[in-house]
Amino acid sequence: MTSAAPFDVERIRKDFPILSRELPGGRPLVYLDSGNSSQKPTLVIETMREHLAQHYGNVGRALHALGSESTEAYEGARDKIAAFIGAPSRDEVIFTKNASESINLVAYAFGNPINTDERFKVGPGDEIVISEMEHHSNIVPWQLLAQRTGATLRWFPVTDEGRLDIEGLNELVTERTKIVSIVHQSNVLGTVNSESPILARVREVGALMMLDASQSVPHQAVDVAELGVDFVAFTGHKMVGPSGIGVLWGRRELLDAMPPFLGGGEMIEAVWMDHSTYAPVPHKFEAGTPPIVEAVGLGAAVDYLTSVGMEEIKQHEKELTGYALDALQEVNGLRIIGPRTVVARGGTVSFTMEGIHPHDVGQILDDVYGIAVRVGHHCARPLHLRFGIPATTRASFYLYNTTAEIDALVRGLHHVQKVFG
Amino acid sequence: MIAESMYQELILEHYKHPQGRGLREPYDAEVHHVNPTCGDEVTMRVKLGDGGKVLDVSYDGQGCSISQAAASVLHELATGSTVHESLSVVDEFTRLMQGRGQVEADEDVLGDAVAFAGVAKFPARVKCALLAWMAYKDALVRSQA
Repeated sequence: MTSAAPFDVERIRKDFPILSRELPGGRPLVYLDSGNSSQKPTLVIETMREHLAQHYGNVGRALHALGSESTEAYEGARDKIAAFIGAPSRDEVIFTKNASESINLVAYAFGNPINTDERFKVGPGDEIVISEMEHHSNIVPWQLLAQRTGATLRWFPVTDEGRLDIEGLNELVTERTKIVSIVHQSNVLGTVNSESPILARVREVGALMMLDASQSVPHQAVDVAELGVDFVAFTGHKMVGPSGIGVLWGRRELLDAMPPFLGGGEMIEAVWMDHSTYAPVPHKFEAGTPPIVEAVGLGAAVDYLTSVGMEEIKQHEKELTGYALDALQEVNGLRIIGPRTVVARGGTVSFTMEGIHPHDVGQILDDVYGIAVRVGHHCARPLHLRFGIPATTRASFYLYNTTAEIDALVRGLHHVQKVFG
Repeated sequence: MIAESMYQELILEHYKHPQGRGLREPYDAEVHHVNPTCGDEVTMRVKLGDGGKVLDVSYDGQGCSISQAAASVLHELATGSTVHESLSVVDEFTRLMQGRGQVEADEDVLGDAVAFAGVAKFPARVKCALLAWMAYKDALVRSQA
C-alpha cells in the first residue's frame, strides 16, 4: 500500500456500499454502532468474493492448484496481519474465530495438567487479575479457570471518571499472580488503558500479561512488540473485516510452551492410535479447516486500513469524539459514563438519560431517524453494576462517521425526550 | 415511524405513572424474573384469598417503558379478579405477543393490555412485555403449591 492520501470522509464513505442504502420508509442510515461491529469496504467484499469465485480450496493439505492458491492467500493474510500489528514473527499470529476464542485459548493453557511449564501452573493460592471494565469475554474465561483450578480471581476497580484505578497495583498484582488480563480500550467507557505501569509490576512478580485489544486495534496503530505484553487478542469484524475470524498474538516462546487448545486436523505432526505429536505454531492452534475466506477478508481489511492510515483514522475519530462529547453534554439530563475529555479515550460514548430507559432511546432513534446505536449492558454487566445502572445507550464512531451524524444523534435524543418527557 | 405506534399513549401513561408499584405485605409467594439480554427485572408478589380471589399483585423492578408499563397494566387487570380469570388474560396476552403482529387481539379479554399489540411486531421487545406476565404466572404456581 502506498502512503496515505489526505483524510476525506466523504471519499471514505463511498468505499462502504452499505452507508448509502436507505432503511424502510426512506430513512437514511446513520450507523453509530461500529464498536459492536463495523461495516465493510468494497475491497474486503470483493476480495472475499474473488477468492470464493476463483481460488477456493482447502488450505495446507490440498496439493492441487486451487489448494496452493488458497493456502497462499490464507498464509498471505497472516503476513499482512503480522506486519499490521508489528509482530516479530508471522508464526506468532494465530487465527481464531473471534477475540473470545483467543482469550479462551490462553486461559485453557493455564492449570492444564499436560502443561508442565511453571508459568502456566495454576492452583489454590494462585491469582488471576482482570478489571471491572472488562467485556464478558475477558471475565468469564478467567472465572472458569478459577473454578477449574481453585485459583482466586481479583480485579482492578474503576474510578468515577471511568479510568482504571491502579492505586492498589502492588497489593493486587503480587507473587501469587499468574496472569493479568485487561482491556486495552473499553468497549463502554472508551477509556484507553496505559499498560506500562501494570506491565512493569507484572514483570517484577514474574507473571504474564494479556491485552484484550478488540476495541483498540481497529482504531489506532497497535504495535505488539512496543506494547511488550505476552498476549494480545482482537477480532476481524470490528476492523472492517468479516465476522468469524479473530486473532491471538502471543510471544513465540510462550506459544511453544503451551499445549494445543483444540485437537483435530492440521494441528498435528504425526498421529498414532494412542498419542500424537503436534505441528509447530501457528498451526498447532488451528485445528480443523479454518475460516479461510474470512482470513483472506481480514487481510484485505488490513490493506484497506493501512491505505487510509491508522494515524489519520485515529485523528479523525478524536475530532468526532470531541465534537460528540461537547454536543451530548448540552442535552438536558444526559450523563456520560466514561471520560468527558478526549485524553486517552477512543470514539465510544456511552450515556444515560434521566428517566428514560436505553431500550426506549434506541428504539426511537432507529425507527424515526435510522440511527443505529447499541443499548443494554454491552456485554459488560459488572461495569454497569459498578456505576449503579442497568444499561446505557452507546454511540461508537469509526473512520466513516461524520459530525453531521452526531448532529442527527443529538436531534434524535431531543425527540426521544419529547416522547418520554 | 412504526415504533411510535408501539408507544401507545396508554403505555406511556402507565410508564410515567405506574399503578400498584412497590412490594407489599402480606403475600403468599414472591418471584424474581430477569431478562438476561437487556437486564430488565421484576420482583413480584401475589396474595390470594378464598375462592381463588387475587387480593393483591405487588411488584418492583427496573427496565424499559414496555416492561414497566406491562407490569402496571397486569397489576390493574389481575388485582381483584380470580386466578382462573387472570390466567386466561395471561394466555391471551402471551398469544398476542408471540403472534409476530399477525394475531388479532381479543379486546374483551385483554382490556387495556390490548395497547401492547404493536409490540408484537418487534421481536426484540416481546420479552420486555412478557417479563412481568410470566413472573405473575410463576408466582401463582408457587402460591398454590
